[in-house]
Formats: sequence, C-alpha cells, structure tokens
Amino acid sequence: MRKVFAKPEKHRIYYKQFIKEIASLGVSSIGIVAIISAFMGAVITIQTAYNIENPLLPPYLIGVAARDSILLEFSSTMVALILAGKVGSSIASELGTMRVSEQIDALEIMGVNSASFLILPKIAAAMIFNPFLALLSMSIGIFGGWAVGTFVGVITTEQYILGIRYAFNTYYITYSIIKTVVFAFIITSVASYYGYNVRGGSIEVGESSTKAVVYSSVFILMFNLILTQLLLS
Amino acid sequence: MIELKNVYKSFGDRVILEDISVLFEKGKTNLIIGQSGSGKTVLLKSVVGLHNIDSGAIIYGDADFTKMSFEEKKAIRQEIGMLFQGGALFDSSTVEENVRFPLDMFTNKSVEEKRERVNFCLKRVKLEKVNRLFPAEISGGMKKRVAIARAIALNPKYLFCDEPNSGLDPMTSIVIDNLIKEITEEYDITTIVNTHDMNSVMEIGDKVVFIYKGKKTWEGTKDDIFNVDNRFLNDFVFASPLSKKVKSLANK
Repeated sequence: MRKVFAKPEKHRIYYKQFIKEIASLGVSSIGIVAIISAFMGAVITIQTAYNIENPLLPPYLIGVAARDSILLEFSSTMVALILAGKVGSSIASELGTMRVSEQIDALEIMGVNSASFLILPKIAAAMIFNPFLALLSMSIGIFGGWAVGTFVGVITTEQYILGIRYAFNTYYITYSIIKTVVFAFIITSVASYYGYNVRGGSIEVGESSTKAVVYSSVFILMFNLILTQLLLS
Repeated sequence: MIELKNVYKSFGDRVILEDISVLFEKGKTNLIIGQSGSGKTVLLKSVVGLHNIDSGAIIYGDADFTKMSFEEKKAIRQEIGMLFQGGALFDSSTVEENVRFPLDMFTNKSVEEKRERVNFCLKRVKLEKVNRLFPAEISGGMKKRVAIARAIALNPKYLFCDEPNSGLDPMTSIVIDNLIKEITEEYDITTIVNTHDMNSVMEIGDKVVFIYKGKKTWEGTKDDIFNVDNRFLNDFVFASPLSKKVKSLANK
C-alpha cells in the first residue's frame, strides 16, 4: 500500500493513465449500470405495489419505497457488487497477466514504481467516477420504476412523482455517495492486490480474478453494514 | 562492468545459487548457460535486483548494488535495458508507445525528439512501418526486436537478455543474436545473456559462464568450450546427436 501511494514519478504520465482508467473502468460500465438500474427500479416498483395492496395505504407509498430502496441501498451497494464482478475481475486479470508475462518486472527494471504506476490511477479513477455511476443509477432506477409502474398500471405518474418527492431527505444521496466512494476503493484495491501478487501462470490468474470478486464482495457487504450503522444511526 | 562476489540465493530451504563469483566485462557479450532449472534466470533476476540475494555482492562499476538506497538503485535501473523471454511488451500499447515509454517516463524530450529516437531505435533493430501495430499483431521475432528497441531507447550501460531465442526459429534466432552482439559492441555496453541455445553460444559468446545446479562450474570463451574436460559441461554442450557428430568430426 505504501508503494501504491508513493509520490508519482511523472505526474503527466500518471494523469494520462488516470484518464485511460476512467474510460476503461468507469465509462465502459455505464451500459451495464444503466440496464441493471432500469430493471431493478421496475421490479422494486412492481413488488412494492403487490405488497401494499391495501385500500388504507396510499399508492404514492410505492414511489416512496422505490425511491428509498434505490437511493439507500441499490445504487450504492448493488451497483458496487455488480462492479466488483465486472471491474474487479478485469483489474485482477489485467494485473495478473502483466505479472506472469513479466510486464511488471519490465517496469521495475526500468526504475518505475510499478505498484503506484498501475494501481494508483485505477483507485483514483474508480473513487472519482463511481459516484457519477451511482447518480446515474439513481436516476435510471427511479425512471425505470415510473416507466414500468405506469405501463403495467400499478401506479399513476402523479402518484409516483408524489411518492418520489414525499418527505425527501437529500442526506440519502450524500450517504449513498459516501458508500460508493468507499466501495470503489475496496473493489480496486482488493482486485489490484490479488492481481499484482499473482505467482504462476494462467490458472493462477483465473484464481486471482475469482478471489478478487469474492473478497471484494464480502468486504463491500461488511462495510455496508458498518457505514450504515455509522451514517444512519 | 558487473562483478558478482560470492552470491548466494535460496527460496526457503531450497538453495538456488551457491557461491557465484564472476566478472562480466564491458563491451563483451557475456553468456550464462546451463540446463533448465540450473538457476540461470534467478541469477539474472538477482543481478538486476528483481530478487534480493541472501549474501554476497553485485558490483556495478564500483558500487555494490545490494547496499544501494532505493534512489540509487532507481538511478542504476535507468541505465539498464532488459530483454525478457517473452518480450514483456505492454499489451495495451502500440509498438511506438512501448519504445517511447522509457523516454516519456525519464526524459524531458519534446514529442518530436522522442519520435525521432523511437524511429531510430526501431530502425536500428531493422523494424519499420510497425509503429502503430500492437504486440498481438506482430510475430515473436518482431516482438523481441521491439523489446530490444525499448531496451536501448535510453542508451543503457547494461543490457540483460533472458532466453532471447526461446520460441524463435533458427534463422530469426541468428538475427536476434547478431543484433545483441552488434549493439553491445556499438554502444560499448556490458551485456549478459541467459541461454541454453548452443547456436547463440557459438555466434556471440565472448565470455561463457556455465551454471550447474546453482554453482558456477566453468567459465571461458566459446572457442574453449570444445576442449574442456568437464563432464557436466560436455553433457550439456553435446547433448544432441548432431552436436556429438560435429564433435567427433572435429576430433578427427
């Protein structure tokens, strides 16, 4: 870790790497995050509607439940778990392949701090870009809930919007962003650790990729509990 | 010049290198030969600092590499070029970006100067019009040549080559061997090549060091190698039926 956060040798090169990582870890994840968020928002809306089929409960509660589920849990934790699979395995296999094909040794021999050069831009890129993914997920999730909810007739547009706006607490967004930043650090650092320290060949690269996903998912769930207790209690 | 003095290296209980002392001379192509598993690669990686040795000294010029600070080691490493067994080119970068990498990282040259240097290095290894190709789009021999171009980009004082001919056909191997020898003489650098290719020994071996089970068993020139009374070296050098036949013909 100390090597990763050492002073960069040449800021311009690191900045270029950072931009490259924003594209490969962040921008390339927009599609999957959008699709999953839309479907998850829709499912949450339909499930909530079927669970509160009671004339005493106002229909706008469907919007409230969808909003709170998406903001509090889905856009941070669920998206982080999905990204742990997509981004985590990609980082671990990229670094693992670089290790076994001696590309990391080549960097070290040139006098480059390989840990910092390869890992720091990934961590920085994910911690800066993932909050945008979380915001995108919130927007698309809420939109998906509205689109499908009104399409299947479980709620009207007015009721859904009323629910979304009802007793809205902006801190939920802050809470979600804080969690997203922590999860981004977990995904990139755990995956980088397993990828960078691979020894062996292609089988070990595959194993490191699996370990990266499993351990980062477990850490995400653990930190989700800790952060929820710290930030919402 | 690089001098090793009583170098020992082990991984756990397994002793890999035992009391290796040898002088690798400047302006010469120094070859380390030995069977697979004899400790050649560990020796080479120890010399470049990828492995820390247990005891002994590795002297670059007149300074002991093992006693250098991190910054001093970093400075020495910028004087090192290395050709890895598989080339170790960066997959996600083009040929030009690969060769330019050390220039980007360690010089303040302008874009134009860097482009000129990259083209010069690629031309030196007889590669042209490949700048925009990715490593996956070029042959094994070309990859090795790109790796040599990258290794010489910063005008190194020391060149290390780990099995430069592995996976190459005999014709391409000769091209790579000759390139290594030409560059060594042209830039007057200290070159150390790890190999078990006897053709390389005969082509470029100014000085040959034979490692057997982690110990230096013999050293000499390529001309001495045919007349050595060393069973392990003879078993290694004349392992193939062809070389046995050549030896018997030579003795006649």
